[in-house]
Amino acid sequence: MTITVNGKSENLEKKMSILDLLTLKGLDPNTVVVEYNADIVKKEEWGNIILKENDTLEVLRFVGGG
Amino acid sequence: MLDRDQQLRYSRQIILKEVGYKGQEKLLNSKVLVIGAGGLGSPVLYYLAAAGVGTLGIVDFDVVGISNLQRQILHFSDDLGRKKVDSAEEKIKKLNPDVKVIKYPFRMNMDNIEELIQDYDVVVDAVDNFTARYLISDCCYFMKKPLIEGAVLGFDGILMTIIPDRSPCYRCLYPMPPQDGVVPTCNDTGILGMITGTIGSLQALETVKVLLGIGETLSGRILTFDGLNLSVREVPWKKRQACPLCGENPTIKELVEYEIKCKSKIPE
Repeated sequence: MTITVNGKSENLEKKMSILDLLTLKGLDPNTVVVEYNADIVKKEEWGNIILKENDTLEVLRFVGGG
Repeated sequence: MLDRDQQLRYSRQIILKEVGYKGQEKLLNSKVLVIGAGGLGSPVLYYLAAAGVGTLGIVDFDVVGISNLQRQILHFSDDLGRKKVDSAEEKIKKLNPDVKVIKYPFRMNMDNIEELIQDYDVVVDAVDNFTARYLISDCCYFMKKPLIEGAVLGFDGILMTIIPDRSPCYRCLYPMPPQDGVVPTCNDTGILGMITGTIGSLQALETVKVLLGIGETLSGRILTFDGLNLSVREVPWKKRQACPLCGENPTIKELVEYEIKCKSKIPE
């Protein structure tokens, strides 16, 4: 299954949720915000949304330095 | 009226049809508040001063430290120990005597921020912590001030231009501050001067565009900059319906000052 993460296409070998994908990438869910198919989704929903073919994700880190 | 020196000084931008003589007069009559005179604030202030933005307010309580100098290009080795607002003012005045500098050498907080912001046309967020970012974003929203939001960490930067009531706000991006102890700071992750330089220059550009009402500002979208792979992306970003500040049922109705502890800090 192919999805797009931050503009790059990626292959997922098994079924997984947004939360699973973040974990797989080694990202702490507390340090990012996620846009799923151009909609912003609440953190509480990340575990319930199962990714499917052609989904698009934008994962933005908390960046706050100056 | 621009005098002869001013017509020459700004001639290269007056030639631009989007700026012109009228636009230059507008810049000279504009007031911009830059909060933070560090890594981002340095290029922001330098370019706004060079472009002839007539009044620059600078908020920074800090003094120049030696570890600041690899990126905070407004401050020189001779300035170690000086207040950043004094050091910044000196450079700005030398660069462009047209610019009036108003210094605020103290920490911005819930009690003084409204008074600080009220007289300015545009606010530029160039601070280094989330407590100040939320305070600035909320206050600009309540006071209907355009906010040029920029931030950096490591090799990364983000940028967005927030026009109250017209574009998504800071909390549409980050609804609530990160939990204590999960987000690192530049002090421990590190930062290269070219990253703050790039994002700060873009903040200055967005400021001038907002002041002159030209072009498409970075509203309703976020620019993400990855300096290590030199990839710049534009991410469309909508208003969150459930945004705690500008959403349908807002929960943030007055200013809040969060205490957010970052990951362990290395002393300056």
